[in-house]
Amino acid sequence: MNTASASDSLRTFEAPAGVPVVDVDPYTDEFLTDPYDAHQRLREAGPVVWIPAYGIYACARHDSVHAVFNDHATYISGAGVGLANFNQETPFRPKSLILEADPPSHTKARAILARILSPKTVTQIRATFTAEAESLVDRLLVRQAAGETIDAVKDLSEVYPLKVFPDAVGVGEANRENLLLYGNMIFNAFGPRNERLQKSAELVQPVTAWIMAHCQRENLLPGGFGDLIYQAADAGEITHAEAPMLVRSFLSAGVDTTVNGIGNAVLCLANHPEQYALLRADHSLARPAFEEALRFESAVQTFFRTTSKDTELFGMQIPKDSKIVLFLASANRDERQWPVPERFDIQRRPVGHMAFGSGIHGCVGQVVARLEGEVVLAALAKRVSRFELLGAPKRRLNNTLRALASMPVRLIPV
Amino acid sequence: MPEVTLIDASGQSRTLQVPDGQSLMQAAVSAGVRGIVGECGGSAMCATCHVYVDEAFADRLPAPLETELEMLECTASERLPSSRLGCQIKLSAALDGLIVRLPERQQ
Repeated sequence: MNTASASDSLRTFEAPAGVPVVDVDPYTDEFLTDPYDAHQRLREAGPVVWIPAYGIYACARHDSVHAVFNDHATYISGAGVGLANFNQETPFRPKSLILEADPPSHTKARAILARILSPKTVTQIRATFTAEAESLVDRLLVRQAAGETIDAVKDLSEVYPLKVFPDAVGVGEANRENLLLYGNMIFNAFGPRNERLQKSAELVQPVTAWIMAHCQRENLLPGGFGDLIYQAADAGEITHAEAPMLVRSFLSAGVDTTVNGIGNAVLCLANHPEQYALLRADHSLARPAFEEALRFESAVQTFFRTTSKDTELFGMQIPKDSKIVLFLASANRDERQWPVPERFDIQRRPVGHMAFGSGIHGCVGQVVARLEGEVVLAALAKRVSRFELLGAPKRRLNNTLRALASMPVRLIPV
Repeated sequence: MPEVTLIDASGQSRTLQVPDGQSLMQAAVSAGVRGIVGECGGSAMCATCHVYVDEAFADRLPAPLETELEMLECTASERLPSSRLGCQIKLSAALDGLIVRLPERQQ
C-alpha cells in the first residue's frame, strides 16, 4: 500500500519510536504550489523525520540530505529513487541502468555517460549552444515587435532545450515535444500513483513507441551523444541490449529538467529586477545567476533512497528496506547552511547546493545543464533590458519537478 | 586542525586551518578563496577545483580514482603531473602543512 495516495485512504503509518512526526502530504496541490513553508516545518522537526501519510522517513536539512546522498552503500538507488520500493513491487518500466542502479553495474554506465557529457564536450558544443540561444532571443524580439505576446515558458524555456539537447543527442527534428510529455510522466512516477501521474501517463501513452524508437541506433544521427553510447557498446564496454536503455536516460532526464531550470531562472530574474540589473551590468554573472536559481527554485524537488541494512542516521534507528525521501529544494533553503536563504542573490556562491544531488549519483549531465542555463541568461542580458510579467505565471504541478506551465512576459529590448 | 597553504597564480599565498576530513575544495570555498570554484559541489564532475600539489606532498596523497583522472583531462589550465582535484583531497594530520598552487583559471 506504500504507493497509494494518502487521500485515497485514511490509513497512515505508525511512527517508529523516537522519530519526530511531520504530518504533511508532499503530493497535494497546495504543497506542490508553494512547498517552502512545509519544508521549513520538516527542517525544524529534525534532521530525520517521519511522514505518516506514506510511511516514509524524510530528510529536509542540508546536512542530512548530503549525508544520505554520500553513503550510497547504505542508502541505495537500485530499489528505486521514488516512493515505490522495487524490493516489494515491480517497477513500472525496466529500471534505469544509471539512476536506479548501484555499484558495480552503476559504475560502468556512469563512466560512459560522464565521458560523453564531460567538460571537454562542453567546450566543443559551447559555440553552437550560444548561437542557438542568441538567435532564439532575437526571434522572440522580432515576434514581439510584430504584436505577439511572448510566453517565457512556451516560447523560450521549453523551446531552447528541445532544440539544443536532442540536436546533441542526435534525435531528428520531428515531434520532439513528445519528450516533454515523457519527462513529465517520468518525474510524476517518482511520486505516488495519484491522479497527477495517471493523467500524465495517459498523455504519454500514444507517444511511448516514438520514445522507444528514438533509443534505437537507426534513429540516432552519427556522432551524437546517442551514437556515442552505441560506440561504447561496439567497444564492449556495455552490451548492445543495454545501449538503448542508456540513451533512454538522455531522453528522460535531459529535457524537462533544463526546461524548468531555465524557466525558474527567468522567473527568479523577473521577480528580482535588481538582480537582473546586476546581470545586465556584468554578463559574466550569467553562470552564477543560473546556479543561484537552481538553489532558490530547484527543478528537481525530491529523490528517494532505500536502506540496504539496519542503520542509524543522526541518532535515529532506521530498519533495512525503508524508504527515505530527500527534499533537495529544502536543503537548498536550509538556514543552517545558507545565510538568508530566502534571498535570491546572484552574487552568492551556492557551492554545495543539492539541486543536482551529490555523490556518485550526482547529475551526470550537470555541466551541459549549466551551459544551457548560462548561455540563455547571457543572451537575454545582452538583448533585454528588463522583463514585465503579464499576469501571474502558472505552475505545472508535478510530483517531483518544480515546473512551469506558462509565463507571459513583455521583453523590453535594450 | 591540519593546515593547508594555497598559492594563487599571481603568487599570493593564503594558509587555512581545515577541520579534519574536510576536502581542500570545501575549505577553500568556505574561506572565499577565488581561485577555486568547485561548481559541482565535490562530485568530481566539473574540474573547477584543479590544483597543483607541491612535490613534497605528492607521495602522501592517495592515488586518484578513475573518475578523477577522467576529469583531470578536462581542466581549463594545463594539466601537469602534479595536477589533482581539490574536492578529492581530504585533509588530515598526515597532510598537515600541505602546499598547493592554483592554476590561472578554472573555467
